[in-house]
Amino acid sequence: MLFLFYTLLIFCIIGSIIAIEARNILASVISAGVVGMALSILFLFLGAPDIAITQVVVEIIVLIVLIRSTVSLDNTAITKHRDTFAILSSLIFFGLFLVFAFMAFQGLPTFGEPIMSVGRQYLENSVNQTGASNVVMGILMDYRAYDTLGEATVIFTAILGAFVVLRAKGKKKKEESDKIRVGIPEKEDLPMSLDQIETSSDSTS
Amino acid sequence: MEGMTFIVKTTTKLLIGIIFLFGIYITFYGHLTPGGGFAGGIMLACGMILMTLAFGKRMSLGKLSDFYASLLDNLGAFTFWTIAMLGYIGGYFFMNFIEKSNPFGLLSSGTILTINIAIGVKVFASVFAVFMALTIFGRFVSGLISEDED
Repeated sequence: MLFLFYTLLIFCIIGSIIAIEARNILASVISAGVVGMALSILFLFLGAPDIAITQVVVEIIVLIVLIRSTVSLDNTAITKHRDTFAILSSLIFFGLFLVFAFMAFQGLPTFGEPIMSVGRQYLENSVNQTGASNVVMGILMDYRAYDTLGEATVIFTAILGAFVVLRAKGKKKKEESDKIRVGIPEKEDLPMSLDQIETSSDSTS
Repeated sequence: MEGMTFIVKTTTKLLIGIIFLFGIYITFYGHLTPGGGFAGGIMLACGMILMTLAFGKRMSLGKLSDFYASLLDNLGAFTFWTIAMLGYIGGYFFMNFIEKSNPFGLLSSGTILTINIAIGVKVFASVFAVFMALTIFGRFVSGLISEDED
C-alpha cells in the first residue's frame, strides 16, 4: 500500500514540474489536470471518498474552464532566461522551508493514528446526535456548519465579482459614454480664463 | 451549425439525463453516502457545461439564462442563511430543529438534507454562471471591440 502512495506522490510531483516547465499552455493545463486526478486516486486509497469525489469533479470543471478560456488566447512562450538571483533566492527559501517542515513534522502523530479526542468524540456520537450516517456530512453540516456558511459566502462573493468584472454590457449607453473625453482636452473644451470671461461679459452687457 | 458534430450531440443526448440524475442523487443522499451538496452541484453544472459545449450557447442559455443563474445563486445562499436563522426557534444559530428519525433513512438527519439541497442549487447555478461569464461574455466583448474597429 505504501508503495502505491509513493508512486502516486512521485507522479504528482512529476506532473506539476511538467505543468510549470511546458512551453505550450494547453499541455501545461492538461498536466495540471493529471495531477488532480492522481491526487483524487490518492484520496480514495487513503479512505476519504468524499474528498475524492469533490476533487474529481472540481478537477474536471477547472480543466474544462481553463482549456475553454485559455486556448483562444494568443499563446506566447517565454524565451527570456530567468534571473540568477531569483533562482538562487527561491532555492534558499525552499531549503529553509524543507528544514523547518522536517522539524515541524517530527511532532505530528504517526500516519493513520489520530490522538485527538475531538475526532473520537465525533466518530462515536455523530450518528446519534446528528442522524447522518455519513460522519463527514454530519461534521460539515451540523458541528461545523459555520465553516460551510463561510465557504458558501466566499463562493457567492467570488461569483458576484466575476459577474461584475466580466459582464458584457456596461451600465451607460455608448453615446453617453462617448461624450466624456479622456486624455488631453481640445482648446475649445478648456474652461475659459478669467479675463476672457470678463471681456465676454463686458461685450454682452 | 452551432456546437459540435452529430456524434457528440447524440452521445450528449444519451448521457445528459444520467448525469443530472447522478448529480441530484449525490446531492440528496449526501448524508448517507459520500458526496454532498458541493459535489452534486458541480456535477449538475458539468451537465449544463456539456450541453453548452455540444449544442452551443444558445440552447443552454435558453434552458438557464445568466439572469436566472444569478437568481438561483442568490436563492441558494438565502435559503442556507434562512435555515441557519430558523435554528433560533429552537434555541441557537444552526440548530438542527427538524426532528430526526432512525438512521440510514432519507429524512433521518433533519436540516442536513435541506442545507445540502440549498448548497447544491447554489453551487450549480454559480459554477454554470461563472463558466458562462469566463467563456461567452469574453467572446461578446471581443466581438463588440472588433465591431467598433470596423
